[in-house]
Amino acid sequence: MMNIEVKTKKSRSVYDDAVEKGFNRRDFMKFCTTMAAFMGLSASGVTAVAKALEEKSRPAVIWMHFQECTCCSESFIRSSHPMVADLLLDNISLNYTETLQAPSGHAAEKSLHETMENHFGEYILLVEGSVPTGDMASCCCIGGKTAEQILNEVAEGAAAIVAWGSCASNGCVQAAKPNPTQATPIHKVIKNKTIIKVPGCPPIGEVMAGVIVHMLTFERLPELDSTGRPKAFYSRRVHDTCYRRPNYDAGLFVETFDDPNAKKGYCLYKVGCRGPVTYNACGVTRWNDGTSFPIQSGHGCIGCSEANYWDNGPFYSHLAEFPGFGIESNADKIGLAAAGITAAGLTAHAVITNIRKRKIIKEGVAEGKYGLEPKENESQEKTE
Amino acid sequence: MAIQPALHTTQLRRVFVFSLSVRLFHWINALSIFVLAVTGYLIGNPPALLTSQEAYQGYWFGITRFIHFIFAYIFLFNFVIRIYRLFFGNRFETWRNFIPSNKGFFREIWQVVRTDFLFTRGHLVSIGHNALAGISYLFLFILMILQIITGFGIYAAMSDAVIVDLFNWVVPIFGGDAATRLWHHIFMWGFVVFTLIHIYLVFYHDYVDGRGEVSSIFGGWKFVESDTMKEQDTTDYNK
Repeated sequence: MMNIEVKTKKSRSVYDDAVEKGFNRRDFMKFCTTMAAFMGLSASGVTAVAKALEEKSRPAVIWMHFQECTCCSESFIRSSHPMVADLLLDNISLNYTETLQAPSGHAAEKSLHETMENHFGEYILLVEGSVPTGDMASCCCIGGKTAEQILNEVAEGAAAIVAWGSCASNGCVQAAKPNPTQATPIHKVIKNKTIIKVPGCPPIGEVMAGVIVHMLTFERLPELDSTGRPKAFYSRRVHDTCYRRPNYDAGLFVETFDDPNAKKGYCLYKVGCRGPVTYNACGVTRWNDGTSFPIQSGHGCIGCSEANYWDNGPFYSHLAEFPGFGIESNADKIGLAAAGITAAGLTAHAVITNIRKRKIIKEGVAEGKYGLEPKENESQEKTE
Repeated sequence: MAIQPALHTTQLRRVFVFSLSVRLFHWINALSIFVLAVTGYLIGNPPALLTSQEAYQGYWFGITRFIHFIFAYIFLFNFVIRIYRLFFGNRFETWRNFIPSNKGFFREIWQVVRTDFLFTRGHLVSIGHNALAGISYLFLFILMILQIITGFGIYAAMSDAVIVDLFNWVVPIFGGDAATRLWHHIFMWGFVVFTLIHIYLVFYHDYVDGRGEVSSIFGGWKFVESDTMKEQDTTDYNK
C-alpha cells in the first residue's frame, strides 16, 4: 500500500499539496517569502523558491531517529509558519520516520526499503541523533540492526544527508565525558559523503525548514562553512546579533542574576553567556515565531549548537573548568598558582644568591678579578 | 683555564651581540606582551564597575578589545621579523642559538644549570644567549606561535581581513571557539611565568657573570673575558 502511495505522489509538487490542504496562493507566497528571507536570498530569490515548490516534484525523504530526545522533530513541527510543518513534514514524501509514521513493525521496514530501492540516489536522508559505536553499538537497535548498520545502509543511496541537531552533528549530551555508549556524530560514521550539519539542541525550526527548502529550490547543498554548517544560518555568532551587545562594548555586565544590572538588561557575559563562542541564528530568527530567545529571557546562551558544549561547563561561569584539576579550578586559578610558585622559587633563589654574595666578591677580589686594584704590578700607571 | 692569582687580571672585551633589529624586537615584544596580557585579562575578567550609565554612553570594553587587537597585529608582525632574523641574523641571533644542534649545546646547558641552580662558580663559554636561555626562548617562540594561532583563530569569526582569514583552520582543531578561547587564556599564564623567570635570571646573570647582561639589551654590547673569547673559537656552536 505504501508503495502505491509513494508512486502516485511522486510527480506532485509541494504547491499541489498545499492547494489540496486548503492553503491559498497568498499563504503559499507568504511561505516562500519567509523561507527566502531566512535563507538570506535577495528579493528575486522568492520567485525561485516559489517556482521550485510549484514545479518540482517533491523528493523522497527518510528521517532516521537514533540516540536522541526528538527535540529536533518537536522544534520542526513548531516552526512559526504552519506550512513548514504541514508541507515539509506531513506532506513531503516522508517515507520513513519512526516518531511520526503511521505504519509500524514490518510495514515500516518495508516502506523504508522500498524508498531506498525505488529512489536510490535521489532521496534526502535526515538523521536525528547520534550513533553508538564499537562495543556499545548495540545500545541503539531498530528491527534487529544497530544504528550504525542502518545508517551505513541508508546513507549509501542518499542524494543528500542532513545531521539534525547537536546529537547528529557533534554528539551532544550522550557524547559528553565519559561518553558511556561511545556515541558518535554521523560525520564520523559516514566519511565519504558531505554532511550538512544543523546543530542546536534543538536547532531552530525555521533554520531546519530553510535547509530543506534550499535543497528543493536549488537542487544542491547550501553553502557550508569549514565545519559543515550552512553559512546562511551559522556564519555569525549569537554575540554578533545579540540586542544586548552594546552593553558588552560599554562594559556593562550582569554580576549575579539577582542584581540591578540584570534588571536593566546588561550583558550576561560574566554569568557565563556563551554567545561570544556560539554560532547560531538565535539573535536574528529567535524562537516561537520570533517571540524570544534565551538571552532575551535573561539567561545566558549555553552554546547548545557548539561541539562539546556539555564539557565546556559550568554554564554559569565565563571561564571553563580546567580539566584534571578538580571542580573549582579554572585557568586563572591555576595560572595564578603557577605564577605564585615561580615567584616563591625565585625569591628563595635570590635569598641564597645574596647569602653567597659576600663569598663570591671576596673570592673574586682575591683572584684579582673584581675590584679597583689589581693584585700585582700589571697596572703600573696606577697612583700610589 | 689555570688561574694564577698572583699574575691574573681579567681582560674584558667588548662584543657587539644584539643588533638593533633584535633589540627592537625584544622591546616591542615586551610591550606587546604586557599590553596584551593586561587587556586580555580584562577581557576575560572585566571588573564590576558600578555605574548608572546607559550603554550608549560608554565604550571602554570595546576600546580594551580594540587595543588588544591592535597589539595582536604588532605582536604578530614583530615576531615575523624575528623569524626572518633567525635565518639571516648575526651569529648570536640565528636559530642555532635556540635549537640544540650539537653536543656543545647540551654541555653548556649543564654548565648553566650548575651556575643557576647548583650555585657552583660558573665558567660560561657562551657570548650571546647562554644555552639554557636559548632553550627557554625556543619555548617562548612556541608559546608565541600557539598564542598567535589561537588568538587569531577566535578573531577570525569577527573579521574578513585577509591575514585573519588565514587562521580559519584553527578553531576546528581545538574543538570549537570555547575551547580555543580557554587555551588562549591558559597560554597567557605561560607568558606570565616566563616573564618572571626571564627577568629574574637576567638580573642574576648580570650579577654572577658581570658581563653587562642587562645593558646588552639596551645597547647591544656585552663584555666578555678575553680567555673565553679564545676558548669560544674552538667550542662555539653558534657560528
